[in-house]
Amino acid sequence: MPGFVHLYIGQEAVAVGVCATLRPDDHVASTHRGHGHVIAKGGDVNRIMAELYGRVTGYCRGKGGSMHIFVPEIGVLGTNGIVGGGIAHAVGAAMSHKLLGRDNVAVAFFGDGASNQGVFFESMNLSALWHLPVVFVCENNLYSEWTEYERLTAGSQIMDRGAPFAIPSVQVDGNDLLAVRDAAQQAVRRARAGRGPSLIEAITYTQCGHMEGEEVFAGKYRSDEEISSWMVRDPIVLFRERLVSSDVVDRVTLDRVDDDEGKRVEAALEYAIRSPAPAMNELTEHVFTEER
Amino acid sequence: MAQKNVVTAIHDALHEEMAADDRIVVLGEDVGVRGGVFRITQGFMEEFGPARVIDTPLAEAGIVGVAIGMALHGLLPIAEIEFADFIHPAFDQIVSEAARIRYRSNNDFNVPLVIRAPWGGGIHGALYHSQSIEAFYGHVPGLKVVVPSTPSDAVGMLRTAIRDPDPVLFLEHKKTYRAITGDVLDEPYTVPIGVADVKREGEDLTVVAYGFMMHTCLETATRLQEDHGISVEVVDARSISPLDKQTILSSVRKTGKAMVVYEDNRTYGAGAEIVATIAEEAMFDLDGPIVRIGGPDIPAMPFATSLEHFYLEPEPDQLYRRMLDLARF
Repeated sequence: MPGFVHLYIGQEAVAVGVCATLRPDDHVASTHRGHGHVIAKGGDVNRIMAELYGRVTGYCRGKGGSMHIFVPEIGVLGTNGIVGGGIAHAVGAAMSHKLLGRDNVAVAFFGDGASNQGVFFESMNLSALWHLPVVFVCENNLYSEWTEYERLTAGSQIMDRGAPFAIPSVQVDGNDLLAVRDAAQQAVRRARAGRGPSLIEAITYTQCGHMEGEEVFAGKYRSDEEISSWMVRDPIVLFRERLVSSDVVDRVTLDRVDDDEGKRVEAALEYAIRSPAPAMNELTEHVFTEER
Repeated sequence: MAQKNVVTAIHDALHEEMAADDRIVVLGEDVGVRGGVFRITQGFMEEFGPARVIDTPLAEAGIVGVAIGMALHGLLPIAEIEFADFIHPAFDQIVSEAARIRYRSNNDFNVPLVIRAPWGGGIHGALYHSQSIEAFYGHVPGLKVVVPSTPSDAVGMLRTAIRDPDPVLFLEHKKTYRAITGDVLDEPYTVPIGVADVKREGEDLTVVAYGFMMHTCLETATRLQEDHGISVEVVDARSISPLDKQTILSSVRKTGKAMVVYEDNRTYGAGAEIVATIAEEAMFDLDGPIVRIGGPDIPAMPFATSLEHFYLEPEPDQLYRRMLDLARF
């Protein structure tokens, strides 16, 4: 697979927990680490994988790749190669919902790194000022690219940044699916009821590091102990144990789900690899509407 | 003399400069503990310490704005923008502030700032890790914009940029980083900003280029010599602003044929200024039309490998055929 790929593995509980509380016509603005957001919002794995491979069957016919997946029919306002690039778009989407009298909600996913971009503060101010139906979801995965977030981020908690704007804010265990879901549900209800924005800081961990193949660039920058301490708290494993111990589902059923999902991903890989690459005429298409 | 690739050359030169002048500080995303995304500042943190090698948040407007403040008050900051594509939040700081402070303070203040940024495509970086940004900034008086494409030029021009009392945007084509190697002199030489370089002498045709395209043009020139005995002169612009009109015009007057090649979107690209210069000042020395080859006018280099290839080479062997056509005109 060509290009720069930032895996979402290890943060699944955040995307799933938040998107479980959304309707298909609610909006999410995603990040450079956005595969999970698109899947959780209902994206088709085949088409996501095809986009990652730069094929015409991908969501953007291969133009965008991993960091630039738009899916209008399920409200995905784009994964985004620019850190913090999508935050204000969620605010704008929420403004549209409000002005056009819709009861939709817009979610801005972003990382701890983006929480230091000026646009985050501008977005919080506007959304609070205008009482917009926005949920800011900061996925604090402890690293801004390759640097420990606490070396770059003042104050002890990113959730505290909501306070000056009187935005209700909460910090949750981002690897605990139900904790994320509960926080998101409150925030989404509040937004949908017209009571304004909320900020959720979900503490999680990027198991695979900033990007694939990063060892060539960054070397090894996380200790084995640190990585393994988070691997045992893998959000999927945690939720699985919870389901089993609460007698909601038995292990055999869950094994079958794992197996089915594994096959679905393998099939997506096949689908992507078999799909054709875009032809030359696509290079100059869609710069403007009706250009021909 | 040592053989180095562009990354090693810049790393070593920056290291020497920092060792020689403790007013120099570097700041940027991941430049410290991790040594930079392209390893330009590897080992600097250990050697020069966190006061001079500063890891910043992912906040480009802040990086450049703070660097301007440092430059105004006794330091020589070198700000790294991790990818040139990320520079846009800092546009206001660069254009409205850095480039204008000397003029608007009536010469009371100057901004000895270097902003380094990897630019250019061809590495599967997709829309936001492939951009050419030189034309945006080449338009701005008060700011110098350089685009060295060899290890030797990168070293000499970096030294000049650091010594320059005014802001310099120092653009490093990321495809040259490890692909291009060359000799670098051991002594601390400099290469002036605003002086182009004839990288290959020729008689039949002048090609002006910069960045990775300059290397593609050199290879093409070699093939044309071997295949057809056509002698192409390749001028490496090296500096977008100021532009070395003299070297370019002298070459064009000698060969009587001019081609300008650049990777950026064709329309309003830096090559348009070069073409205009030739048209204005050497029209009657020409024996053929000026040929301008730029990238397609699309918003960004797309991701798909096929589309990236079409961006860089819309027709098979485009440069070879266009040079041949012009030489035979």
